[in-house]
Amino acid sequence: MKNITVTVLIDTLIDITLLAFLAITAIAIIYMRNLFVIIMLFGIFSLHTAGLFVVMDAADVAFTEAAIGAGISTVLMLGTLALTKNHEEKNPPHRARLPLLVVLITGGALIYGTYDIPSFGDPQSPSQQHVKPRYIERSVEETGVANTVTAVLASYRGYDTLGELTVIFTAGIGVMLLIGGRLTRRKKQADEQ
Amino acid sequence: MIDIIVGHYNYWVVIFLMMAGFYTVIDRGNLIKKIAGLSIFQTSVFLLYISIGYVSDGTTPIIAEGFTRYSNPLPHVLILTAIVVGVSTTALGLALIVRINEAYGTIEEDEIHEQDKSL
Repeated sequence: MKNITVTVLIDTLIDITLLAFLAITAIAIIYMRNLFVIIMLFGIFSLHTAGLFVVMDAADVAFTEAAIGAGISTVLMLGTLALTKNHEEKNPPHRARLPLLVVLITGGALIYGTYDIPSFGDPQSPSQQHVKPRYIERSVEETGVANTVTAVLASYRGYDTLGELTVIFTAGIGVMLLIGGRLTRRKKQADEQ
Repeated sequence: MIDIIVGHYNYWVVIFLMMAGFYTVIDRGNLIKKIAGLSIFQTSVFLLYISIGYVSDGTTPIIAEGFTRYSNPLPHVLILTAIVVGVSTTALGLALIVRINEAYGTIEEDEIHEQDKSL
C-alpha cells in the first residue's frame, strides 16, 4: 500500500513540473521575436506534451504527439520559414489593451468553470463510469486486440478514422492547389523576363 | 485546500496555455507566429482531454494480467484523431502563408492590410 502512495506522489510531481515547463515555454513563445527560435520552442513544447501524455497513461497519444506534433509540425514550419525568407517578427508588438482584456475575461470564465469538474484522476468521475467499463471488459473478446485504444480506434469507432482520412485528403488537395504550381509559375516568370 | 489545488492544477495550466495561444493568435501580427499560437491552443485542448481520462494509480489501457485499473481509452482515441487533423490544418495554414508571401512579399498582417488599403 505504501508503494502505491509513493508512485502516485512521484507521478504528481512529474506532472506538476512538466506542466510548469509547458507554461514557461508558452510565455517564451509569446515574447520571442526570432521566428526560428519560436519554431524550435514549439518543438520543445510538443515534446514536453508527449512526456506528459506518458505520465497520464496515454502511451499511444504520446507516440503520435512526439512523431507528428514535435516532428512533422516543426518540419512544416521550418519549411515555411525557408520559403518565406522572413526570419524576424518585424513590428514591435503594439501595446493593445483589447486582446489582453478578451483573453483575461475568457480565461477567468474558464477557470470559474473548472470548480465543477471532478478532481484530476478521480476514479468516480462520470467520464470513468460511462462507456469505458464496457470497452475494458469486452474489447479483448470482441476484437481480439489487447490494446483497447487500437480496438476502439479501428473497430468501435472505425468511421471516425475514415472521416479523419477524408480530412487529411482534403487538406492535401488544398496544399497542392495552393503551392503545387510554384515551380512552374517561377519558370514562367523567369522566361517572360 | 491542497486537494483542490492538486486536483485542479492540470485544468488551470491547460487554461493558461489555451489563453497564451489565443493571445498569440489575436495580438501578434506575424502569420507564422499566429500558426504557432494556434498549435499551442490545439495542444492545450489535447491535454485537457487526456487529463479528464486519467485515473490516479491506473495504467495505460492495454489489457494484461494483474492490472484492473486502466485510464479511459476513449479520450485517447479522440485525441489521436485530433492530432492528425490538427497537423493537416496546420499544413494548410502554412501553405496559405507561403502563397500570401508570394502575392504580397510579406507575412506581416498590417503590411498586408496596407497594401490592400483595407485598414
